[in-house]
Amino acid sequence: MLEFLNQIINGLSLGSIYALVALGYTMVYGIIRLINFAHGEIYMFGAFAGMLAITVLRLPFFLALIFAMVVSALLGVVIERVAYKPLRKSTKTAALITAIGISFLLQNVTAMVMGNNTSAFPQVFDQKVYDLGGIRINSLQILIFGVTIVLMFLLQFIVLKTKLGRAMRAVAVDKDASVLMGVNVDNTITITFAIGSALAAAAGVLIGLYHIRVVFWMGTAPGLKAFVAAVFGGIGSIPGAMIGGFAIGLMEALVAGYGGTMWSPYRDAVVYLLLIIVLLVKPSGLLGKNVKEKV
Amino acid sequence: MSLLQIEKLTRNFGGLSAVSNVSLAVEEHELVGLIGPNGAGKTTLFNVLTGVYTPSSGRVMFQKGDKSIELSKLPPYKITRMGVARTFQNIRLFKELSVLDNVKIAMNHEARYGLFGALFRIGQYFKSEALIEEKAHAFLKEVNLDELAETKAKNLPYGKQRQLEIARALATGAKLLFLDEPAAGMNPQETHALTSFIKEIKEKMNLTIVLIEHDMSLVMEICERIFVLDYGKLIASGTPDEIKNNPRVIEAYLGDEVEL
Amino acid sequence: MKNVLNKRNLITLVIIGVLFFVVQLLIKERIITAYMRSNIYWIGIYIILGLSLNMIIGITGQLSLGHAGFMSIGAFAAAVVLKTNPTLTGLFIGIGIGVLISLAVSFVVAVPTLRLKGDYLAIATLGVAEIIRIVLNNLSVTGGASGISNIKMLMSWPLLYTFVILTIFLTHNFKNSAIGRACISIKEDEIAAEAMGINTTKYKVIAFMFGAALAAMAGSLFSTTYYIVKPDSFGVNTSINILILVVFGGMGSLSGTIIATFIIGLVNIVLQPYAEIRMILYALILIIVMIFRPQGLLGSQELSTKLLPNFKWKRKEKSS
Repeated sequence: MLEFLNQIINGLSLGSIYALVALGYTMVYGIIRLINFAHGEIYMFGAFAGMLAITVLRLPFFLALIFAMVVSALLGVVIERVAYKPLRKSTKTAALITAIGISFLLQNVTAMVMGNNTSAFPQVFDQKVYDLGGIRINSLQILIFGVTIVLMFLLQFIVLKTKLGRAMRAVAVDKDASVLMGVNVDNTITITFAIGSALAAAAGVLIGLYHIRVVFWMGTAPGLKAFVAAVFGGIGSIPGAMIGGFAIGLMEALVAGYGGTMWSPYRDAVVYLLLIIVLLVKPSGLLGKNVKEKV
Repeated sequence: MSLLQIEKLTRNFGGLSAVSNVSLAVEEHELVGLIGPNGAGKTTLFNVLTGVYTPSSGRVMFQKGDKSIELSKLPPYKITRMGVARTFQNIRLFKELSVLDNVKIAMNHEARYGLFGALFRIGQYFKSEALIEEKAHAFLKEVNLDELAETKAKNLPYGKQRQLEIARALATGAKLLFLDEPAAGMNPQETHALTSFIKEIKEKMNLTIVLIEHDMSLVMEICERIFVLDYGKLIASGTPDEIKNNPRVIEAYLGDEVEL
Repeated sequence: MKNVLNKRNLITLVIIGVLFFVVQLLIKERIITAYMRSNIYWIGIYIILGLSLNMIIGITGQLSLGHAGFMSIGAFAAAVVLKTNPTLTGLFIGIGIGVLISLAVSFVVAVPTLRLKGDYLAIATLGVAEIIRIVLNNLSVTGGASGISNIKMLMSWPLLYTFVILTIFLTHNFKNSAIGRACISIKEDEIAAEAMGINTTKYKVIAFMFGAALAAMAGSLFSTTYYIVKPDSFGVNTSINILILVVFGGMGSLSGTIIATFIIGLVNIVLQPYAEIRMILYALILIIVMIFRPQGLLGSQELSTKLLPNFKWKRKEKSS
C-alpha cells in the first residue's frame, strides 16, 4: 500500500509535467486543428532558457521560471507567425510536416549552440525528502505539483473569465463567425500559441530542476506522451488535457513501479499503446467532441 | 416491387431528427425530384441512402434483378457496386487527375488482375488495362467529354465539372443515380444544357434518377414525380402540378402567415 | 508481348544497362573510391525507403511517421540471420523473414489505424514505431540496446542496383495500375473514392503493407552495408529523414523521390563534417518546401522518356 502511494506521488508529479505540455497541444489543436509537433521542443527550449536565466542572468528561481515562460511564449509566437500562419489554408498534412520541420530545426539549432551533451541545471533548492509514515515526498515534487496547480487555475481563469478567453473559445468553435462578431482571429491564435508555449516552458524548467540536467533531445518523448495525454483527455478540451496528463503520469509511474524487470522497460511502450487504443475505441477521448466531415 | 423502397427511415443527430420517419418508393426508370426548404434533410437523406450515414431506424431496400437488397446495411462502396451512385452538392471530383482518370477510377471494378498482376504486369494486366482505357474513352464519347479526356478535372469550366461528376457516377455502372443539386451555381444557359444532358442520359442508359434541386423551373420541367421534405418529414408527394398547388408545400416554403 | 517490348521500354532498358556498366567500370578502375561507394549505397538504400514511403504518403495520402520501424524489422531480421549464415543466401533469407514480419506487423497496425484521418494516423504510426524500437531495445535475440555488430558486409554495386531497380519497377507498376488509381483517388478525396465503389480501407491497407515490406527490404540492405544495427538508429529522426525525401521530391512522384535522394545524398557528402548544419538544412528544406512549394520539386509529375518527344515537338513549334 505504501509503495502504491509512493508511486501515486511520483505519478502526480510526472503527470503535472505532461498536463502542462498537453495543455498547449490541446489549445492549439482546438483553435487551428494542428498537431503542433514542435511543442515538445518548446518545452526543451523553456528548460534551457530557465537554466541560462539562473546561471548566466543570475535570476532567482521563480523569476527564471517567468523569464523562461516569456521567452518561450515569444518563440511560440514567432513560429506561429512565420511558419504556421502562411499554411493556414493548406492541407493538414502540409501543416503537420512544417511542424515536424520546426521541431527538427529547434532541436538541431539547440544542439549546435548548446552542444550535444547534457548541461547541468543548477540545484537552486535543497532537496528535502519528507517521510510521512513511509510515504516519501520530495520537496521538488511538491514544487512541481504546486506550480502546476497554480498555472492551471490561472489558465482556467483566463479562458473562462476574460474577454481573451471568450475570444479563444469563440474562434475554436467557428472561425468565420468569430470574424463577423468582431474577434481578431489572428491575434487570438497568436495568443493561444503564446499561452501554450509558456505552459510548456514552465514544465521544461520544472523538469530541468527535478532531473538536474537539460539536453537538446529532452522534448521528444515527453512531447509525444503529452500529446497522448491530450488525445486521451479529448483533444481540444482543456480539462481533458489536465486529466489526461495526470492519467498518463500515473500510468507510467505504476508500470515503472510494479512492472518489475520484465515490464518496467516497456513503460513508454504502454503509453503509446494506450494512444492507439484510445484512437481506435474513442478517438474523441474522455471529454472531447466527435467531429465528422461534412458531406 | 419498386426499385427503391425507403421504409420509415429516421436519422437523428443528438436530439435532432434530420430525417424523420420517411417512407417513399421510386419506380424503375422514373425521374423524381426531392425538394424542400434549406435544412429540410434532403442531403442527409441522400447520405443515408448512399451509406455515408447509417440510419437511426428504418431501412432502405433496393431491387437488383430479382434480389431485394437492404442498402442500409452496406458501406458506401458496396452500395455503389450494387448500382447506386451519387454526386455531391459541393462537387467532389478528383481535381488533380485527368477527366479520363476520373472515369477510370469509377470503372476500377472492371480490372481483372490482382496485386501481383499489377506489380509484375502478369496475367490479365495488359488486356484489362487496354479494355478499361477503351471503355473509358467510349464512355466519355457518349457523354460528350472525350475531347477533354486529358484535361485535369480542376481546369474544366464549372458546368463541365458538374457534367463530369454525373458522368463519373454513371461510369460505376449505376442504374440508380442520386444527384445533389446538379444545377447549383449555374447560369440559365448552363442549367438548360444540364437539363437536356440529364434527360438524354436517362433515356440512353435506362436510368432511374432522384435529384435534389432548388431551381424549381428545372424540377418542374423534368421531374415526373416530386417528394417534399420539411423539418425531416415527408409532407407531400405527387406530380409537379399537384405539388405546385399543394397548400402544405406552399406553407412550408413561405411560412403560414403569407396568403397566396 | 508487343506491349512489353515497345520503343519506350527498350530505351528504358538500355539506360538501365548502360548506367549499371558505367558505374561498375568506374568502381573496377577505382575511380569511385570506397568512400564514394559507401555514399552510393546510402543513396540506393534511401531511394528504396523514399519510394516505399511515397506509396503510403504520396500515392495514398496517408501520413505515416513510423517508417523507420518497418525498416528496423528488416534490418534486424537480416542481421540475425547473417550472424549464423553470412552468405548471400543468408541475406535473402533475412530479407524474406524481415518482409514477412513487416507485412504481419503492418497488417496488424494498418487495419485499425488507417480508419483514422490524417494527423491522427501520423501520430499512431509514430507510436507504433516507438513501440517497435522499445521492444527491440529489450529483446535479447536482437542484442538489446547495443544491437548487433560485425554483420557480414555483402553489399555491392550489382546487389544494390538490382534491388533499387526492382523497387522502381514494383512501385512504378503499383502506381500505374487499377490499385494505384484507387489509392490516388483516396488521396484526392476519400469520400468521393468511396462513392465510386472503392473499398478505401482495403486499398489503404494494401499501400501501407506494400510500403512496409519494401522498407523492411531496405532495412536488410542497410544492415549488411553498415555492419552494425542498433534499435536507436531507427527512431523518429530516421522516419523524418525518409519523409524529407518524399516531401522534397514531390508527393506521388517516383522520379521526384529519386532526384531528391540524389540531391540530399550529395549534400550529405559536402556537409559530412558538419552534422548539425546538415540537420538544420534538412529542417529548413521541410519548412520552406511546405510554405513555398508544397507540391515538392516535381509535384505529382514524373520525369520519363514519355516527355522526350513532347519536348522536341514544342521546340519545333517555337521555331516555326
